Amino acid sequence: MTSAISVENVSFAYSNQPVLRDVSMSIEEGEFLGLVGPNGSGKTTLLEIMLGLRSPDSGHVELFDTPVEEFTEGTRLGYVSQHSTDADSMMPVTVREVVEMGRYPHAGLRRLSSDDHAIIDEAIAKVGMEPFADRRISNLSGGQRQRAYIARALASEADLLALDEPTVGVDADVVEQFYDLLTELNEDGITIVLIEHDINTVSEYADTMACLDGELYEHCETGPFLESGALEQAFSSARAVSSRQVAGGD
Amino acid sequence: MAVEQGRQRWDVGLLAVGIPLVLLAFGAFIVWVFPPLFDLFWGGMETVFNGHWLVRSTFIQHGFTAGVLIGVTAPVVGAYLVNRQMALIGEALAHTAFGGVAIGLFVGASVPALDYPLAWAMVVAAISALGMQYIAVKTDGYADIPIAIMLTGGFAVGIAVISYGVVFSATVESYLFGDILFVPFENVQLMVGLALLVGLTIGLTHKQLKFITFDREAARLARINVWFYDTLLIVLTALVVVAAMQILGAILVAGMLVIPVAAAMQITNSFNRGLVLSVVFGQIAVIGGILLSYDLGVATGPMIIITAIVIYLGSLARGS
Repeated sequence: MTSAISVENVSFAYSNQPVLRDVSMSIEEGEFLGLVGPNGSGKTTLLEIMLGLRSPDSGHVELFDTPVEEFTEGTRLGYVSQHSTDADSMMPVTVREVVEMGRYPHAGLRRLSSDDHAIIDEAIAKVGMEPFADRRISNLSGGQRQRAYIARALASEADLLALDEPTVGVDADVVEQFYDLLTELNEDGITIVLIEHDINTVSEYADTMACLDGELYEHCETGPFLESGALEQAFSSARAVSSRQVAGGD
Repeated sequence: MAVEQGRQRWDVGLLAVGIPLVLLAFGAFIVWVFPPLFDLFWGGMETVFNGHWLVRSTFIQHGFTAGVLIGVTAPVVGAYLVNRQMALIGEALAHTAFGGVAIGLFVGASVPALDYPLAWAMVVAAISALGMQYIAVKTDGYADIPIAIMLTGGFAVGIAVISYGVVFSATVESYLFGDILFVPFENVQLMVGLALLVGLTIGLTHKQLKFITFDREAARLARINVWFYDTLLIVLTALVVVAAMQILGAILVAGMLVIPVAAAMQITNSFNRGLVLSVVFGQIAVIGGILLSYDLGVATGPMIIITAIVIYLGSLARGS
């Protein structure tokens, strides 16, 4: 197996606040990773560095065995960020239009072809959003919006899907459906990296888990992970330093 | 993947050859094809309206044509700006363009060969658009700070140059408040070229602009060159604003970028339909505004904006 993401000795600081210290990890293709850690532990920052949205201060990142700064196949990456749940974008866009965006980088300056439209329809169907395809995305619930963003990643034919706390503010029964969808996608061969605050839920679905608090505490299969004590370590160290200013930026 | 990359390389090659060719074609169209078309159309209108003096007046012909073109280009560019919360950038660029006009009038008064105030306005507005883009990228401040600086700064330069006192105040006023009776045929030609350019550019890059407008982060992730498309949009805005300034004046220009789009956004869920609808509203505002201004004997620019606002209020009532 080759690795989808490999991170070596990555460090990052916001001005003088160190956020990540010497993090190294490798995520295999087809893995379903749950990334947990206390607030301000640098999870989002690490994810952004992995995807090439942010440059680390030091260290080396590879996406699909290509150094991240030379990686051009952006369509292989799907990202559902925390901002995706914000309803603050009042822009009138339908769900279908959002999913179409997944094909835009493929089409370049050309019009979308009938093949593109077939892929778009398929992606919408896969996440079960057909009834909402022509609805304005800002009028949908958080869970529905997340599905639309995932459909966009599917339309772009992403084989790596990164999600940053996608279920914040989503109803509990919808959360379950959402995780079932992720599991299904993972079985289709898509690598999933999921940041989640709800450790119970994520441990039910993820194959592997990693715990981060500035540094990486553990990264292994879910069963051994829960027994390893890494969680206690990370969260107790977070409690111990919680009187100190939390490193910014989350 | 390899196929796609090959296609992209082919695209770049096509653009390198295509852009100069297209620009040449536009130039040829404006100089040779457009004038006879223009005469043909207005000749036809004369027959339709039975030789009414309004249709026969070249002032109205020029102003009307220019207005209709603005009614297309301004809302199209505005649709992206409004949804990026950059509604006021047009206003800032219009004020810097006014500074450019003042400089152009000043230079033109002493060097007749350089007496093209609109060309000066375009250059100055485009440079300040790039400057604004640079400031926005390089500083952490709120987005409206560079807008406020550009807006007042451009105006300050304009007034300072004018107060130096070589320019007729009537000329200055026509750029400040707009004057539909003051559009020479060269400017109509310029606007035709501009409309073609905006249409072609937006037609080609609509997908990328829309993607970036909706979700910058995802567009960056897809390795779309966000900086390039931002710059493209802001330069297009500068050009449209300068063109619209002749009719609406530096002060009212932003209205045409924003109001039809705001109205369209109220009553549609789809961005593409909203784009079409805002052009329709732009046309209604321009044509309605011109007719009303003739009917009521009021200045045209303000009447266009007021008509647009009435459309907006109507769409609010319908949308809720």
